[in-house]
Amino acid sequence: MKSETLIIEAGKTERHYWRDLWRYRELFYFLSWRDLLVRYKQTSIGIAWSIIRPVLTMVVFTMIFGRLAKMPTEGNAPYPILVFAAMLPWQFFANAFTEAGGSLVSNASMISKVYFPRLIIPASSIIVSLVDFFIACVVLAIIMFWYGYIPNIRIFALPLFLLIAILAALGAGLWVAALNVKYRDFRYVVPFVVQFGLYVSPVGFSSSIVPEKWRFLYSLNPMVGVIDGFRWAILGADLSLNVTEVVLSIVVVLVTLLTGLFYFRKTEKTFADVI
Amino acid sequence: MPVVIKLENVSKRYLIDHKQGGGYDTLRDSMANKVRNILDFPKKIFGTRSNGEDKNREEFWALDDLSLEIQQGDRVGIVGRNGAGKSTLLKVLSRITEPTFGRVCINGRVSSLLEVGTGFHPELTGRENIYLNGAILGMSKADIARKFDEIVAFAEVERFLDTPVKRYSSGMYVRLAFAVAAHLEPDILIVDEVLAVGDALFQKKCLGKIEDIGAEGRTVLFVSHNMAAISRLTNNCVLLNRGKVELFGATDQVIQRYIGGDERNILSTRRPVEDIFYIKRWKFSDVVEIKEVGVIGERGVDVMFDGELTLELLLSVKHAVDDLSIGFGISPDGEFKIMGGFSSAFSFGERGEYVCRLVIRGLNLAPACYSLDLSIGTGTDVASRKDYEAIQGVGSFHVLPYKKDFTPIGEWVHGWGMTINTGAIVNVVQECK
Repeated sequence: MKSETLIIEAGKTERHYWRDLWRYRELFYFLSWRDLLVRYKQTSIGIAWSIIRPVLTMVVFTMIFGRLAKMPTEGNAPYPILVFAAMLPWQFFANAFTEAGGSLVSNASMISKVYFPRLIIPASSIIVSLVDFFIACVVLAIIMFWYGYIPNIRIFALPLFLLIAILAALGAGLWVAALNVKYRDFRYVVPFVVQFGLYVSPVGFSSSIVPEKWRFLYSLNPMVGVIDGFRWAILGADLSLNVTEVVLSIVVVLVTLLTGLFYFRKTEKTFADVI
Repeated sequence: MPVVIKLENVSKRYLIDHKQGGGYDTLRDSMANKVRNILDFPKKIFGTRSNGEDKNREEFWALDDLSLEIQQGDRVGIVGRNGAGKSTLLKVLSRITEPTFGRVCINGRVSSLLEVGTGFHPELTGRENIYLNGAILGMSKADIARKFDEIVAFAEVERFLDTPVKRYSSGMYVRLAFAVAAHLEPDILIVDEVLAVGDALFQKKCLGKIEDIGAEGRTVLFVSHNMAAISRLTNNCVLLNRGKVELFGATDQVIQRYIGGDERNILSTRRPVEDIFYIKRWKFSDVVEIKEVGVIGERGVDVMFDGELTLELLLSVKHAVDDLSIGFGISPDGEFKIMGGFSSAFSFGERGEYVCRLVIRGLNLAPACYSLDLSIGTGTDVASRKDYEAIQGVGSFHVLPYKKDFTPIGEWVHGWGMTINTGAIVNVVQECK
């Protein structure tokens, strides 16, 4: 028999966890696929939602911050593009964080009946938001074309900033997902964080208006680095990247992710008993 | 044969919350507990264990120092009463939950089927759900694709493959779900009571499928309350009782013991009415009160056909009372009595608690589950009856389709008639003894 021996011992972490995770990679794929399918089956205009939401938000933000509050844009970029370039990573983060945070609770029946590495659930729930992100990217391309705005070579740095955003959403999502299993209070925390985050991240305005003395505190929000990175990559030449800001963002994201992973792994085995 | 599953001193503890409102912890409670724990810290140092002595929580050992070895190719049934730890054992073996103490050693790939249709999504079509459910149960995409036609044929849902499963009848739903699970090819298959669903024909098909899996030399663990299924599918059985292995041996032997119950259980089942599930309770007077009820078969709460059933009551009497009579009724659905009567009149001379016992011999009820109605009052016929207290649907018992020596209830005297086919029909006459 080509068998392998599995030893379950009380209180010991399993040796095969990461190998199991790899073995269940197809489940990751199927769960993402399910979320996508269900999303587009249940909603009648399906894919249009991924376009309508960012576009309407962009219009409103452009009106409020650009026209009414007359905030400065960055360089010569049209205000709508400034807003949309920030809207992309922000909405991705907000959606992915919300989905990942609630993912364990909404898959409770699976958790209490079948074994698989639980990490797959929050990780796969991010994929739907990622697809929305790519659809919104197409919309951005159309808007840029409309304004005749051509990005330069920096656009190739975009995947790096997207990666930071993904890890940020995953890290925060892991924390909330695991905490949510035990303390349902976190259902109320997530919408608040997302709403609050929108105002402390440079979505509707440019980071340049933030006073210097607040800059460090402000940059502790990892999405600041991501959003400024997106603007730097998309808006073009006359913008400089604040490297300390990006490094700070990466550090905060990694700390969140690693502690999130640790906490998730620690509590993972009790999920089925508590959920 | 090599050992494929080895459990050594496995225990699983659950904490049962007694606090009001139940459900999930809230952060507030958790923080309050933390503070309390800090205040309790000195106590811990000086040796008084505050752990597990929390007033709001009670420990419950679902598995209690359980050791077991299962050999390759063995088909093992797991039986036991509700709460004996069967499901917890399966959950530990399928890695859904972690044991509190002990060690489990498993050789080979385990697939567990604790619930039919885990992860089915109502919005997705049958086809999509086959893939999704297969992946959840641990099949690879290639495996599922290879077995797809077989699964569909087994489930008999060809025509509805592209219909969302929310439009399926519950029978179709269950068939599809079982079909996916039945085509797993694990080394060790763990099946919980999942066959209680679906129609009789499909249940048979499922049992047949599990039988095939067992015949292929795979190890099967099977939990059921259906003794017929257990005895058909398994060659060995584990009898669990309160988280411990009471008996591990050949299926026949274990079933007999399980159905037969344990001497110790027999008179210990009388319990306070408050703790028993009942349908309705009327109190007309507090002169006499029914405090405790026990429905005691000669074999636990199970009674063999033609066997003996004992009803035991603990009555609390306020003061001397005459002309009392106990009424009882037996009904198959909690509504319509099919059997019943009143005891002859008796009296209690003084205040106190009294135990009354009714023994019914030669219980010739059809094998099924029955519930019991009880009353205490005056009058020994329906017209003059006046109840002090009556309880409907209190306690239940099973009548098993065996006689005491485990022979079936009925026997046939039969013989086949034979003739050359000329179109004439030959009657086969059977006589029922």
